[in-house]
Amino acid sequence: MATVRLSFSPAPVHVRTARLVGVAVARRAGVAEELLDEVRLAIGEACTRAVALHNQYRIPDLVMVEMSDSDSYMVRVIDRAPIEASIGLTKLPPDELADESLTDEALTTGVGFALLAGFVDDLQVRPVDEGAGTEVRMVWPVHRR
Amino acid sequence: MELSLTTRTVGEHTVLDVGGEVDVYTAPRLRERLVELVDGGSRHVVVDLARVDFLDSTGLGVLVGALKRLRAANGTFGLVCAKEPLLKIFRITALDQVFPIYSSVEAAISTSSGERDDNPPTA
Repeated sequence: MATVRLSFSPAPVHVRTARLVGVAVARRAGVAEELLDEVRLAIGEACTRAVALHNQYRIPDLVMVEMSDSDSYMVRVIDRAPIEASIGLTKLPPDELADESLTDEALTTGVGFALLAGFVDDLQVRPVDEGAGTEVRMVWPVHRR
Repeated sequence: MELSLTTRTVGEHTVLDVGGEVDVYTAPRLRERLVELVDGGSRHVVVDLARVDFLDSTGLGVLVGALKRLRAANGTFGLVCAKEPLLKIFRITALDQVFPIYSSVEAAISTSSGERDDNPPTA
């Protein structure tokens, strides 16, 4: 089993780096080529969410991304925001998406979650074991060469 | 790939050609350009996503913001997108039911305001 860990300051500019690393490790782990776009998008969404939460709660801590492969390719994106920040993660119905009353933040959160749920078959969002924070855990199948 | 934004005018439409990656880092530049267009008097805006190779929820949020802004100004807003990976993003988020999505700039411009393409790429 190989593990790659990446920690970054909660700034939007670093999300692209996390996507690039995540896809590179996925490719090396043996994730099917046709899934790599979805891996890239899902890791980006999870990191974007973490960065937004850190900024919202003014948390300077690093966002952590851990990629590991054994029987599958697993990516964990860990933020340090209060757990209540994860409440309300839900897919928005179409008639609410362009509603005037919906804030940009709520729209982006809802759409981001829809993308995560839509592109990751094996997705878990749960509190971290110690302290404040949430872990977004995503798993994709691998094909050993 | 870095975000690129190019504006051109076709009849009464303003076409914004977007290229590269639209994500949490680059989306504010796209939002700024779209706000500039509307504030500058553009009322019929078409955003061509043909050269976009990455689009995330932040980028989608910016596009919805532009749609709302133009609706409020009695304008129209359409997207041009024929790439399946991007179309899948619109379907998964149900935003394909919010935006008029066309297969080409010509189709977007020739179709009347708010109407969908007769032959949309999502069909």
